[in-house]
Amino acid sequence: MRITVSVDGTAYTDDVEPRLLLVHYLRDKLGKVGTVVGCDTSNCGACTVHVDGHSVKSCSMLAVQADGREVTTIEGLARDGKLHPVQQAFHDNHALQCGFCTPGMIMQAIDLLADHPDPDEETVRSGMEGNLCRCTGYQNIVRAVRDAAGRMRPGAGPEAERVEQRSAQLSGGE
Amino acid sequence: MIPAPFDYVAPTTVDDAVRALADAGEDAKVIAGGQSLLPVLRMRLAAPTKLIDLGRVAELRGIREEGGHVVIGAMTTHYEIQRDPVVDTHLRLLRLATDTVADPQVRHRGTLGGALAHADPAGDLAAPVLAMDAEFVLCGMDGRRTVPAAEFFVDYFTTALRPDEIVVEVRLPKLTGWHAHYEKFNRVAQAWSIVGVAACLRVDGGVIAEARVGLTNMGSVPLRATEVEAALVGHPATAATVRAAAAHAAEGTSPAADGNADREYRQHLARVLTDRALTAAAGV
Repeated sequence: MRITVSVDGTAYTDDVEPRLLLVHYLRDKLGKVGTVVGCDTSNCGACTVHVDGHSVKSCSMLAVQADGREVTTIEGLARDGKLHPVQQAFHDNHALQCGFCTPGMIMQAIDLLADHPDPDEETVRSGMEGNLCRCTGYQNIVRAVRDAAGRMRPGAGPEAERVEQRSAQLSGGE
Repeated sequence: MIPAPFDYVAPTTVDDAVRALADAGEDAKVIAGGQSLLPVLRMRLAAPTKLIDLGRVAELRGIREEGGHVVIGAMTTHYEIQRDPVVDTHLRLLRLATDTVADPQVRHRGTLGGALAHADPAGDLAAPVLAMDAEFVLCGMDGRRTVPAAEFFVDYFTTALRPDEIVVEVRLPKLTGWHAHYEKFNRVAQAWSIVGVAACLRVDGGVIAEARVGLTNMGSVPLRATEVEAALVGHPATAATVRAAAAHAAEGTSPAADGNADREYRQHLARVLTDRALTAAAGV
C-alpha cells in the first residue's frame, strides 16, 4: 500500500505492508533510529512520537494509519544545532541514566507542556504515566519537565508559540 | 513482534465500512483506535485476514447535543471526550472515568466506541455508560438499530454486535447537575481496574433523589448495583446513608478470580470503593 507521510518536516512516499508498525517504518525504512522500541507491549512509551501534534505510541499504530499525517520524532526537535528546550532541560537536570526511555520521555513531556504550560508535580507525574524509566526513579525527569516549562514560557522560542496556541484553543473551548 | 499479514481497507463512510465488513467474512476485524487490538496482533493472539479501519470515517467522530441527550460518535477519542465542555457539563461521570483510562498516548488514539465494543470486563467506560442508561446505535447491512447498554454487553469480550455491525454512536441522557465520581482500584500506573465503581447522584434539598451505581470487573459484564441504588434514594445525602448503602455493593455479584484478586477480595473492594465513590460524589 502506498503512503505519504511527513516526518520531521520531510514528505516521504513509500509502499508498505499494512502490518508494518509506524515505529518500524520510522526506524527501518526511514532510518529514524532515535525512536526506539522498548517493551513491545504498549506499556513503556519509549517509542512515543507526535502524530498531528499529539503523542502516540508508535508501536501501537500502523504505518498505513499515518498516511497523510504529520509525524514528529525526537530527531525533528533540534533547530540549527540547538537542542529543544525540553531536551536541554533533560540534559541540564541529569534526567536520564541509560537513556533508553529518553526519546519517549521528551516527546511526551512536550505534549504534556502543550496542554499544561505550568504543571505542578502531580500533573507531571500523571501526564508521564505512559512512560516507564527503569533507572532514574523519575525524580530528575519530573524536575526536568518543570524546568522546561519555565524555559518554554512566552518568548522562549518557536515551540513556546505552539504551546501558547494550543492553550488558547483549549481555554477557548472550556 | 510483528503482526501476521493481513489485508487492510480504510473506508470513508459508515455504509462502505459495513459493506466491507460483510464482504470480508468472519475472519475480518474492525480496528478503531487500535490500542487494544494492535498489542494483540503484535503478540499474535489474533490473526485476522483483513482489518477494516474506521479511522477515516468522519461521520463516526464528534460530540453533539440532541435535546435531552448528548450523542458521541463511536470514533471520538478519549482525549476529545476529556476536553469537551458539553461532556463535562452533562456527562461528568463519563469524563471522570475517561480520565482514568490507560495513559495520555493511549487516550489520544483510543476511542469510546472501540473501548465499548472490545467489552473487556476491566475496561473503565462500560460501567459508567451502563449507569448513565446509554443507548448504542449500531449499523449493519440491514440498517440501524438501537440497543440499550444493559443489552449491549453480553459476556466477556462479547457484545450484541452482529458480525456485519459496527457501533455508530453512543447516546447518553444528560445528567446535568448530577454529582459524579469514578473510583478505580489498581496497583500500578496504566494497569487495568481490579475493580472500579461509577457513581452518580441527583441531590435535591439535601435528599438523594436519584442514584446510579455501576461496577467494573465484578463479573463478565458491567453491573448495576441496584441494591445500593435502592438504599440511597429518598435518604439524606450523608455519610451514614452512603456507608449503609455501600454495604450492599457486592450483592448478587459473582466476580472472577485471577492473579490480581480472588472473588471475596473483589467483593470486599466493591463495598469499599462504592463507599469512596459515593462519598466523593456526594461530597459528604
